[in-house]
Amino acid sequence: MWIYEKKLEFPIHIKNPDARLAKIMIEQYGGGDGEIGAVLRYLSQKFTMVTPQAQAALNDIATEELAHVEMMGTIVHQLTQGLTKEQLIQSGLDTYYVNHGFGLFPSAASGVPFSASVLQSKGDPVTDLYEDMAAEQKARSTYEYLIDLTDDPDVLAPLRFLREREIVHFQRFGEALDIVRHHLNSKHYFDFRKS
Amino acid sequence: MTRDELLQKLTEMDFMAVDLALYLDTHPEDAEAIAAYRQVIAAADTLRLKYEESYGPLCSFRSDNASDKTWQWIDAPWPWQKDFNPSMAGKECV
Repeated sequence: MWIYEKKLEFPIHIKNPDARLAKIMIEQYGGGDGEIGAVLRYLSQKFTMVTPQAQAALNDIATEELAHVEMMGTIVHQLTQGLTKEQLIQSGLDTYYVNHGFGLFPSAASGVPFSASVLQSKGDPVTDLYEDMAAEQKARSTYEYLIDLTDDPDVLAPLRFLREREIVHFQRFGEALDIVRHHLNSKHYFDFRKS
Repeated sequence: MTRDELLQKLTEMDFMAVDLALYLDTHPEDAEAIAAYRQVIAAADTLRLKYEESYGPLCSFRSDNASDKTWQWIDAPWPWQKDFNPSMAGKECV
């Protein structure tokens, strides 16, 4: 289960609405390498993960990713507060607005709705951990592209924080992979008597 | 301490706890990290109590105060609302 704490993992207070930024920031909410995908990937994989260390890493990183979903939602939400009709039309966010208003809809910046087809849960601990390490790198790249396109320091601060977390998670998954490899390579004996 | 300062300090402590816990998941025998984790948790608990005393519950599960007549959880802004948070512009690690 989960318990909600009424604060963000990293505070977000964006003073200036910005339709263009809102339009691209949604990528890390519901895009292919975004935070919703990360949560679903790790929460699904944990059931067949081996070793207590790797199980804990999947469970706890997934939990942190939930907080990142909330942060990206917060960024998009605050960027859309107080937009004018002209700003909406000029930025092209109007095509989103006609379908969702200012509601948060899990989709990529291109408008493609979120789909579980962006992730995998293979039931093979080594395969899954490689997928997770790749996922963290892909998310890091996306944060870097978002940072390239952002000048607002109120938006840059949380983006830089989130980028750092991708690097830390990549490191933890790498360590989990080492532990899982060692576990799988060590001698096992199998007891087939039913208890 | 102002509310913003208190919230920021608590956020820092809780973040350190999250980060240390992830490290400990793959390094469960690192005594130095366990000691640091315990120190951070104790500091965060003190700050959390202080925050909740003045600004209301942070967790619906265990923050109810017996002296309150109404359900405080729905009072005060939500974290995704601008007013809840201080601006962190330029304060992140670069």
